[in-house]
Formats: sequence, C-alpha cells, structure tokens
Amino acid sequence: MPLDQNPLDYLLLKRLTQTFGPSGVEDQVSTLIEEQIRPYCDELYKDKLGNLIALRRGSGKKIMVAAHMDEIGVMITHIDEKGFLRFSPIGGVHIQELPHRRIQFKSGLVGVIGVEKLEKPTDLKGDKLYIDIGTSSREESERLIRIGESAVFTGSYEETEHQILSKAMDDRVGCFVAIEAMKRLQTNHEVSFVFTVQEEVGLRGAQTAAFALEPDLAIAIDVTMTGDTPKAHTMEVRLGHGAAIKVIDRSMITPPMIKKWMAQTAEDHKIPYQWEVLEFGGTDSGAIHLTKGGIPAGVLSIPTRYVHSPSETVDRRDVEATVRLLVALLENPVEL
Amino acid sequence: MLLRTLTELNGTSGVEKEIRQALRQEIEPFVDSIMIDKIGNLIVQKNRSEQGPKIMLAAHMDEVALMITDLTADGLLKFHPVGGIDSRILVSKPVKINSLVGVIGAKAIHLQKPQERQQALKIDQLYIDIGAKTKEEAEKQVKLGDYAYFLTKTEPLGEGYLKGKAFDDRVGCYVLSEIFKKDYSLNLVGAYTVQEEVGLRGAKVAAYHVQPDFAIVLEGTIAADMIHLEEHEWVTELGKGPALSIMDHTTLYNPKLIEQVAQLAKNNEIPLQFRRGNSGGNDAGKIHLSREGIPTIAISVPCRYIHSTASIISEDDVKNTISLIDLILHSIPENFTF
Repeated sequence: MPLDQNPLDYLLLKRLTQTFGPSGVEDQVSTLIEEQIRPYCDELYKDKLGNLIALRRGSGKKIMVAAHMDEIGVMITHIDEKGFLRFSPIGGVHIQELPHRRIQFKSGLVGVIGVEKLEKPTDLKGDKLYIDIGTSSREESERLIRIGESAVFTGSYEETEHQILSKAMDDRVGCFVAIEAMKRLQTNHEVSFVFTVQEEVGLRGAQTAAFALEPDLAIAIDVTMTGDTPKAHTMEVRLGHGAAIKVIDRSMITPPMIKKWMAQTAEDHKIPYQWEVLEFGGTDSGAIHLTKGGIPAGVLSIPTRYVHSPSETVDRRDVEATVRLLVALLENPVEL
Repeated sequence: MLLRTLTELNGTSGVEKEIRQALRQEIEPFVDSIMIDKIGNLIVQKNRSEQGPKIMLAAHMDEVALMITDLTADGLLKFHPVGGIDSRILVSKPVKINSLVGVIGAKAIHLQKPQERQQALKIDQLYIDIGAKTKEEAEKQVKLGDYAYFLTKTEPLGEGYLKGKAFDDRVGCYVLSEIFKKDYSLNLVGAYTVQEEVGLRGAKVAAYHVQPDFAIVLEGTIAADMIHLEEHEWVTELGKGPALSIMDHTTLYNPKLIEQVAQLAKNNEIPLQFRRGNSGGNDAGKIHLSREGIPTIAISVPCRYIHSTASIISEDDVKNTISLIDLILHSIPENFTF
C-alpha cells in the first residue's frame, strides 16, 4: 500500500527517540519495540547480548535487517564528597560540546554537565567535566545513582514542515524504518529483523547476532552525515534527496552487486536515492560482512545533520523513501 | 610461593612457555584434563560431566617486555616494546636477555644539554648494553627477535604489600590456580591465555573452542591512588578489595551481572570496588563477543605502577579476590544467574 494511504506512525518515532537507551542498557527501547512488532513476526526473542530478534519465516533468501537500539551517553565513574559525579563517554561523544548540556538517567533524574575553571579553552578535556545532580553530599548522590550507571543526553522531539529533530535519531530512526517496513512487508523471504545493541561502542551486538543467524545477506539501517550545511565537510549527501545507499565507510566497502541491487530496485520503484561515501565511522554491516565465511551486506542510510548531538535532524521524505526502498528490496526476488 | 615463582619467570606475548610449564606442573593434580591449544593457551578442565552451565575462568600468561630488533656495529641492542610500555621508565634499568644481563643505556646527565634534560628519551634513543664491543661479539649471545625482561625480584614491602614485575597478569593466573585447587560441583574450565597484551588474541581463540555459558576474566589492573592525581582519576585503590569492571575500551559489562556481584560481596562482607574510568581493555573484550555472545565479568587485583619494572599489590586484595570468585562460583546457579 502506498505511503500516502498508509502514513508512517511518527508518534512512534517520537517515543523511540525519547526512550532511554545508552549502549549496554537498551532494555527500555527493546521493550517498546517488542510491543510494536509482536503482531508482525513469527518469532520474537532476545539473545545473550540483548539483541532483539524478530523472525518472519519464509522459503526464499535468509535476509538479516539490522538497526541499532543504542545511543551515545556517559557512564558514572566517581562520586565526590560534595555529591558531584565524574563520568566516561560511551560511544563517539564530542567532549568540546558537553559543557552545560543536560543528561538524564534511567530513573528520569536529570543532571547538568559543569566544567572546572580552565586556564585556556584547549584545556577542556573529559576529566575537567563533572555532572551536577543537585545534591550536596556523596551520601545524597549515592541514594540516587551508583557508579557504573549510565545516562543519555536530552534533546526533545520537534517537527518542522519537512524536518524532524531530536536526540537519538541515531539510530532510532533506523529502528523506526525497520518497524514500519515490517508492518507493510509481504514476502517469501525469511527475514530476521535484528534490533542490535552496542553499535556505538564497536558494532558489538551485530557481530554476535550475525554469527547466530548466518544469513545469506544483510542490510543495516542507520543514519549518515550530510554535506549540505554552510561550509560543511565535503560530502555528497543532502537532506531531502532520498534514501542513501552506502558505498563505503571505515568499517566496510559495499560489494558492487549489493549496490547495483539496491540502486536498480530504487529506480524500478521510482524511489529517490543518493550515493553515500562516508569518510568517518561505520555501522553494523561492518561487523556482519566479516562474520563466518563472509556475508554480503549493504547499508541504507537516512541522511542526518548534526549526528551525535541533541538535535540530530532528518527529513521525513528521506525516512519515507528509506521505508519504501527497504520494503521493495525485501519483497522482490533477490538474484545476486 | 606460587605467585613469586610466576612473577619471576619470564614470558611475553608469543613466548609464554615458561609460565605455561610452571602452571601446568602446579595445576595438574587438581584437574581432570589439560590441553594446550594451537595458539598456546593452556586449557584445564574439572567436572566435565557435571550437569548445568560451563563456566570459564580466564587469566593471561603474557607480560609486557622488549624485543631485540637490531644489533649495532658497536655491539649495542636496539629494541621495540611488546605491549604497552612507557619509554620514560626504561632508562638505566637492568634487563635479562636469555641468560644474559644488560642495562638500558642513555647519555649520562653530565653530557646532556639543558634542553635535552627537559625531554624524556624516546624508545629509538635507547639501547641495551650487554658489554659487547662489536656486532660480532653481541651476535654470539643475542639474536634478533630475542626478548629482554625486567630483572625484578618479588618481595614483601611494608605491611601486607608485595613488590614485583608482571603482576599483570600473573596475579590473575595465581587466583585462577588457587580456585582450581578447590572443589565445586560445576563444569569448570580454566583458560590461561596467551597474547593478551598485544590484542586479546589468545582469549579470542579459547572462547571460540571452549564455548562457555559464562566467563570470569581475572586481571591485574591499574591502581592510580597517588598524590599527584585527583580522586576521580584513581581507577582503583590498593587495599580496597577486588575491582569489578564496569566499562573499558573493549567491553560494556552487563549491569545485571555487576549488580549481582556487588550484592554478593556486600552480603558476605567482602570488600569490593568498581574499576572506574574507561581506559584499557582485557580478555573480556573478545570473550563476550565470541560466537553468539557470552555473558562475561572481569574482576581485577589493583596494581600500582602497572606495565613497569616494579609494581605493587596488596596481599589482602589477592585474598579477597579469591574469596569473591569462590563466593560467585558457590552461588551458581541459585544466587547468581547469567
């Protein structure tokens, strides 16, 4: 059914982005996704690392679709006698951008990141930063949190005419695309939708899931950066210009047959797409394609401005194009 | 004393033979089977027929050291570190190469210009002097690829402390061995691993073929409770008990497992601290991602001046680490699940 007759449930995207889920503590995201997808799968289970795996049985190709549930954050490493907290970053956190940013714990408790007096701006390092949770003693803080607990950066969900901005768009928008595709999918292929853990710290969940599932091919859904803002790093990906088909990143080079399959399918279905050449980072397919004897894998990316900030920004038209392309890829015969 | 023997033996990554032989001899009477896998891990097993989960304890045998990479025309040895070594600690230290003693040399203070004194010497400015006058003379005693080890005796220090080299991770090997001398009604595998210091290589192989249901990594880790560092930079403190890892560069430890260990320690009055900060990594990094994923925790004995010629540990921390592992194993499966 075309998307104009069956629009995407953006309220779900809002809930997904606002749910707490730093790497290693993805259970709340996992629970929300479980509730949403139960009617659309034949089997639903969690593996030892916490990956949520939804299986759609079929007689065609075994295809793994991966989107990661975790977001970047911080972990508490120390509480001082005045009740202030010290922390370590989880995933690719830009230390320079942290002063006065708000963080939130699983309990809902909010804190603000403060910075010690600096002699010069370049002295800004992680160990100069602390978190203030409004307490005045170690005992008081220990009643609220414990060492080893994680927190995420807050960032509300806001919509403009075409764009949506929020924290954790990376990669809840990928989870959202996978869920919306599941709802629409009619296929003979055997498709495992894997909502992975710990992508931000090194593609860890995807590694164990791919080992267990051993698919014939895999598609990861993740955000990518853009080059369409003033004096941006050169990159030929623009917001609003369609789903991005990955060519390369630091974790993989997409096999030509996968690129061709994805682009041909987009053209056949008149779905806007663009090529993504990403000079930094990697995503789940990087781990998947090196599993066992090697698994052909590609990536569909949602162009996103300000990745790893509280205002990760996507365009609805790109989200919709990505859902349509994923459904088209999964519904048609695959000859690679 | 086993810990002293283990730390005074030499074995860096890839050449753990001496350590492996000593451990094998020590542990043989207490285990049902012993095997050495293809990469060199020593794998021991107890109660293979026991129903229930297979538990793997892992500790690495290798230590950091120096590899000889060149012999100069005047008989001096150039070297490269194996594993992470701070070049600033090397100058003037005696080292052992095969059965030979050498000294890591550098220009004496008298000859240094004021500017030179401001800067630490880099590895390529250092060399080992074995008293040979020519390349030919040096070649008779040393060949390329030989290793140089710190010459440090293990001995008591102050009240209840030990000084020595290679506590990282011979103290883990020691704890593992002491645990395997006890009896548990569990299917237990001990993996003394190789090549941890160069990238967790032995553990990757061991986890793949052992296929445990749960793994405990035993380590020696950073203690930085020193006067010039602020409290939040300490990572762990000497004498405050075993350190339970919460995160490092290779692993985010499962909060449910952390909670259970903390609760067990609290209920049984075993001192426990968290290993704070995210620096470093250990065998858990490869083990927890092996195959479909293996629930893994890491428990370490804090060591001051780790990866250097001499580090210091607390004997109480070692005892309490053994007690904590013992307690966890006795709590499986009723009071500890994974």
